[in-house]
Formats: sequence, structure tokens, C-alpha cells
Amino acid sequence: MIAAVGKVYEWEIAKLLAQKRTYLGLISAILVPIVFVVVLVLQTGGPNDVPLGRYIRDTGLAAPFVVLFFMSIWGLPLITALVAGDIVAAESHNDTLKTILTRSRDRGQVFAGKVLAVLTYTFVVVFAMGLVGLVAGTIAWGFHPLTSLSGTKVSPGHGFGLLVASLAVYFLPLAGIAAFGLMLSTVTRNSAASVVGSLMFALLMQLLGVLPGTESIRPYLLGTQFEAWHGFLRTPADWVPVIRAFWVCALYISIPVAAAYLVFLRRDVASQ
Amino acid sequence: MNDALPVSARGLVKLYGELVAVDHVDLTVEKGDVFGYLGPNGAGKTTSLRMLLGLIRPTEGSIELFGRDPQVAGAKALTGVAGFVEGPTFYPYLTARRNLRLLAAYDDGDSRSRIEELLELVELDDRGDDKVGGYSHGMRQRLGIAAALLREPKLLLLDEPTTGLDPAGMRDMRDLVRRLAGEGITVLLSSHLLTEVEELCNRVAIIRKGRIVYEGQLHDLLATAATGFRLRSPEPDRAKALLLAQPGIGEVTSVDGSLRFQADEEAVAAFSIALGQARIGVTALVPETASLEELFLGMTEGEQKGVEEAVA
Ligand SMILES: Nc1ncnc2c1ncn2[C@@H]1O[C@H](COP(=O)(O)OP(=O)(O)OP(=O)(O)O)[C@@H](O)[C@H]1O
Ligand SMILES: [Mg+2]
Repeated sequence: MIAAVGKVYEWEIAKLLAQKRTYLGLISAILVPIVFVVVLVLQTGGPNDVPLGRYIRDTGLAAPFVVLFFMSIWGLPLITALVAGDIVAAESHNDTLKTILTRSRDRGQVFAGKVLAVLTYTFVVVFAMGLVGLVAGTIAWGFHPLTSLSGTKVSPGHGFGLLVASLAVYFLPLAGIAAFGLMLSTVTRNSAASVVGSLMFALLMQLLGVLPGTESIRPYLLGTQFEAWHGFLRTPADWVPVIRAFWVCALYISIPVAAAYLVFLRRDVASQ
Repeated sequence: MNDALPVSARGLVKLYGELVAVDHVDLTVEKGDVFGYLGPNGAGKTTSLRMLLGLIRPTEGSIELFGRDPQVAGAKALTGVAGFVEGPTFYPYLTARRNLRLLAAYDDGDSRSRIEELLELVELDDRGDDKVGGYSHGMRQRLGIAAALLREPKLLLLDEPTTGLDPAGMRDMRDLVRRLAGEGITVLLSSHLLTEVEELCNRVAIIRKGRIVYEGQLHDLLATAATGFRLRSPEPDRAKALLLAQPGIGEVTSVDGSLRFQADEEAVAAFSIALGQARIGVTALVPETASLEELFLGMTEGEQKGVEEAVA
């Protein structure tokens, strides 16, 4: 069973690596922090009103956090949706579901392989963006202590640990968007509709969070979870938003994945 | 494997909204059969095969492949089974070799070790590193066969495998099917080409508007369809007068200068002697069998109710 899913997963990754949209997503995730750092090196102003924005030129460690902040609005959701929205729809488009579903793998195993592949891509995108941002920032401004959100100085080594932890937590809401994209991809069988739909979902989640009168639901919106990493950058660390991100995102991930699973298991693989 | 029938489908129904695509179809394919599933466009052949392969759910009815129901056993029901519906499809951005490797990873067993041998069999070994996106229809069709054979099937389900192929491609495909059947693989092949089914199959089912109108041995069908004899003579009018006077002769018609009539062999022998005695020359006196084509047209268009009843 696990070996069977493993083989499907392996080939789902191979298929992603053979498609242009995967590279479009990955290259965007890498280019954005580089362009961001280059622009800041060439200019004098800075992103002073975003978390850690004021310290951007103090240390390369601040750059990835600032980039993450900007990219959470639509950049990373779009990069994620690009692949998640296509993962099942592409099979419909190429009419290849009938080819893989007439072998020895159950539909559940094929689906599981696809979910894991999408999550892997999302994970790689987040870490690629964060780590490239760190390297670019370090080249520009050096690897110095980071000023935390509480105003205390954090050693570069510790700062790096905080960055990795922050990227891991940042991955969670993005996985929620990936799950939503995967669901649309399964249900609509249309790649473009799924990409646009997931982006709309992400924007709606952000929008709900800034509308007046939504304060009570704000902690449970997907968009809010993109800020959960702020908890790590306080002294002492504030675990409340981090723990909330875990369970809130678990819901945002599992509900669409379960829905997509049921549809995938039962759907007729017929000509459209 | 076991002793269960390769295919046993009972009362299959598939509704698409109001449309009855398949209407209470029973199919029985026995070990060693090359079973022809014959029907015109839109008859429900592909829909039936999709149900057999577990790609779509029957609205009603039951299916067993070697005793296993695809709706219950899932992919396990396809153990020993391979095939494709409509044109075989592949990932266009992967090469043929990579596509086959992918499919081998989706198989239980040792599919991967057969890839090279099968690419050679379908004469794609020199094009195996090209992306399938650039393949012609015929190449894809051949790759589809290779993909199916990777599984070392005991039962092959092929949906119109020769459609869209040029004459040489058709011949090669049919030779291959014959060869595979010769190796003991049971084949269910759908077709709208009567010659193909006549050439390859021992048993047939004819489907029309979702319903089976005939199922049985091919030669029984052809025997039922024996329609009589045809006579050509330089003196057709005298021959016709003599024929009408002869006992045991029924339904005489003139078609294109020759006479067609129903008779048993004895009556025909007697008639030939009478012709000689009357000094009426004969250029041809031959038995005629309705081609499957004629039968098929009769059944599928419902023009010749008689034939339909005769074979039902
Ligand atoms: N996904 C679908 N949705 C709605 N109707 C469908 C679907 N698939 C098939 N049909 C209908 O079911 C009927 C049978 O179609 P099917 O494809 O099984 O015919 P076929 O015998 O394979 O024909 P052909 O020789 O053209 O391949 C047709 O009327 C077709 O329009
Ligand atoms: Mg068809």
C-alpha cells in the first residue's frame, strides 16, 4: 500500500518536473526575492511599515521575512495554484486518467500520490523563496543579528533557526490553498478555472480579514495564518498563533482534500 | 488464474441523464475467445468497455472479470486484464519509454523488464525516446498495444483498435491480435468493421442502440444468414420460366441480370439437371451468403425485421 503510493508519488513528481508550469512556479519563487533585494540595493527607501521592514538593510536575515509578507497576498497563492489547480485537470485534459486507472493502482492510491506531490511542490516553493531570499539578502547586507518583533537582538544562527521554523509554519496556509486548488482541479476538470478559482479563494480570505466587523472570525481565516510566524519572532516566542495555525490549516487542508477524494473515487472516467 | 469466465456481465445498464447508452447488456467471453463486439457509431460499445474496465459505474447490472467485480475489488479486478477505450492516451510531454516506465510503476509484477521487447514488437524502438506528443495516430495506437501487453494480460479489451489506421497498419494490428490470440490471450475487441470481426473473431455480439441484438458463434450467424443461390445465364428469361416451374424453389428475384432464389441443395441439383436438359446455358450457379455487412445493416437499422427475428 505505502510502496504503491510511493511509486505513484515518484511519478507524479517526475511528471511535474517534465512540465513547464512547474518551472514557471519555481523560477518565480526564486526570482522574486532576488529582484526584491536588487531593487532595494539600488534604491534608498524601504518597506518600513511591514514586519521587520525597517531592519531590511541591517542583515540578510530580514529579507526572506519581508518577501514572505508581500508574497502571501497573491504571489505565493498564485504560484501554488498554478500546479495544484492542474494536477488532476491535466489528466482530464490529456484524457490520461483512463490510462493510469486501468493498471493495478486503486484510485485512492493515485489520489494520495497526487496530494503528496502537490504538497511537496508547495513546500519546495516556500523554502526556495525563503532560502534564496536569505542568500540574496546576505550577499547584499551580510549575515548579522536580527532585531526581533519585540525589539531584542537575535544572533544570526538563532535567526536562521527562526527562519526555518517560520517557513514551515508559513507552508501550512499555503497547503490550504493547494488543497483548495486540488479540489477545484478534481471537480471542474479544468486547469484554468481551478487556478483562477484558487486565487480568488486566497484573495477572498485576505479580503475578509481586512473588512470591518470580521474581527471575531479573523483568527480562523486562512489569510491570517500567513502571519502565524510572527509568534516565533517575539521574545519569548508566542505559541498561540502557531498552534492555532496548525489546527486551522489542518481543517483548510483536510476538508477540500476529503471532498476531492470522494469525487475522485466515484467519478465516471468518460469522454467529456 | 482461476476457472472463472474472463468476462461475465449481466444486465448492464448505463444511463447518461435521459439517454440510455447501454440497455441491459449481457456479455459472456470464454477463455480463448476472440470475441467481436460489433455495433455502429454510438451503439454503446465504448460505454460497455468503460464499465468492464471500472472507469464508469454501471447504473444497473453486474460485472465479473475472472470472477472479480471492478466495483468491489477496484484495481484488483484488473489483474490479468489490460486494454484501452477509444484511442489510447499518454502523457504528451513524456517520451514513449518514460510513459511505459510510468505505467510499469503502476502495475504489480515485472512490467518494466518487458518495455524494450514490446517497443520492438510494435516497431517503436527507434522512436521510443521521442515525446508522445509528436506521435502520429498509428504510433499511439501501437504504443497503446505495447502498454497493454506490459501487463502480460490473460484478457485484452480493445476498443476499435484499427480505427484510423492505414491499410498496412490495419493488417499489422490484425496480425498482432491473431498472434496474441494464438498465444492463448482471450480478446474482446469492439469494431464497426464487419470484415475485421469475420477475419478475427470466433464469437460475436452485435449491439445496436445499447441493446444486444445477437450473441453467439460467428459461423452460426453466418449459417443463419445463408440466403440462397444465384444463377447467371445467357438466356435469363427462359431460365427464370424453368426455375419458377421447378419444385422446392422459393422467392425468385432478378438482380442485375442474374436470378436469385431460395432453395435447398437437393432442389438446386435437380434444377441444374433441368437446365441442361432444356439446353439453357449456365455461366454461374453459386450459393450466396449474406455478408455480415448486410446482416448488420438489417439489424442495426431495423429494416429487415425478418433477419433480426431469425437470429434473435
Ligand atoms: N460521457 C457521456 N455523457 C453523455 N452521453 C454519453 C457519454 N458517453 C457516451 N455517451 C452516449 O452514449 C451512447 C453510446 O456511446 P459510445 O461511445 O459507447 O458508443 P460507441 O458504440 O463506442 O460508438 P463509436 O463507434 O462512435 O465509438 C452515445 O449516444 C453517446 O452519445
Ligand atoms: Mg466508441
